[in-house]
Amino acid sequence: MDPIVSAASVLAAALAIGLAAIGPGIGQGNAAGEAVSGIARQPEAEGKIRGTLLLTLAFMESLTIYGLVIALVLLFANPFAS
Amino acid sequence: MLNFLDAPHTLHLASLEVGHHLYWEIGGLKVHGQVFLVSWFVIGLLVVASLLATRNIQRIPSGIQNFMEYALEFVRDLARNQLGEKEYRPWVPFIGTLFLFIFVSNWSGALIPWKLIKLPEGELAAPTNDINTTVALALLVSLAYFYAGFSRKGLGYFAKYIQPTPILLPIAILEDFTKPLSLSFRLFGNILADELVVAVLVLLVPLFVPLPVMLLGLFTSAIQALVFATLAAAYIHEAIEGHGEEEHG
Repeated sequence: MDPIVSAASVLAAALAIGLAAIGPGIGQGNAAGEAVSGIARQPEAEGKIRGTLLLTLAFMESLTIYGLVIALVLLFANPFAS
Repeated sequence: MLNFLDAPHTLHLASLEVGHHLYWEIGGLKVHGQVFLVSWFVIGLLVVASLLATRNIQRIPSGIQNFMEYALEFVRDLARNQLGEKEYRPWVPFIGTLFLFIFVSNWSGALIPWKLIKLPEGELAAPTNDINTTVALALLVSLAYFYAGFSRKGLGYFAKYIQPTPILLPIAILEDFTKPLSLSFRLFGNILADELVVAVLVLLVPLFVPLPVMLLGLFTSAIQALVFATLAAAYIHEAIEGHGEEEHG
């Protein structure tokens, strides 16, 4: 495999996972903060809030996972490796 | 292939094989044998559990019957929450099967020490860490919601593509492709990521340190099974109800 392609793939994989982690990080922080303030305001709704929070966190998590899938494809099943 | 990234085969304690499969040739098709083996194991487990639970049904449940009734109530509530009281009953088997298969697959990959069984190539792991499995499941969901829409509305189902305004037609069509794509990538990525993180940690520190990450992996795999089933139910509900005249009750 061409060393340039190899190096570019590794860099691209790192960037894919790193950049993909930024947005969901902010989003998860927001969601968790809102959930905490919701629980503080209405402690009896904690169970429902926690369930919804976990589900939405999983959705946000999956955005990073898309980046991870791209990184894994670049590393282990690179389409540009001849 | 980047050879230096394949885990070294000298470390058998934590060999990590992405992209290595046990290939079977069946009628000119190359299939990934290890996925089939673990899938059959999972299916067998579910069938045996169901048979044991329903073989000798008591009015007051105990033991495995109690447990399976709990599981049934769980998936029934899941379907009812998404589809509504009136529509949910016919879809409970489909959504329940999706949930139970994915859940047991994920946990079997994490809990059963498959590494003790040596294969000539590839390794046994959760069937959901192969993209083919998750794509198949996601396409099943696509078929299911198209079927739900057609059986309810006939050709009027296509009206939803141009319902609020025809300008959104390309996006509405694109949505039909992104739904299975995101469903399959989410499940595949999460499970593979769990197993990779555990494998890398085991490679670095073989004892005790990976345990919390393994527990986190169990938790996320359960959540992902729940997310997959919930989304499947939500898509079916969307196809049945349409965008406009939604009434929740």
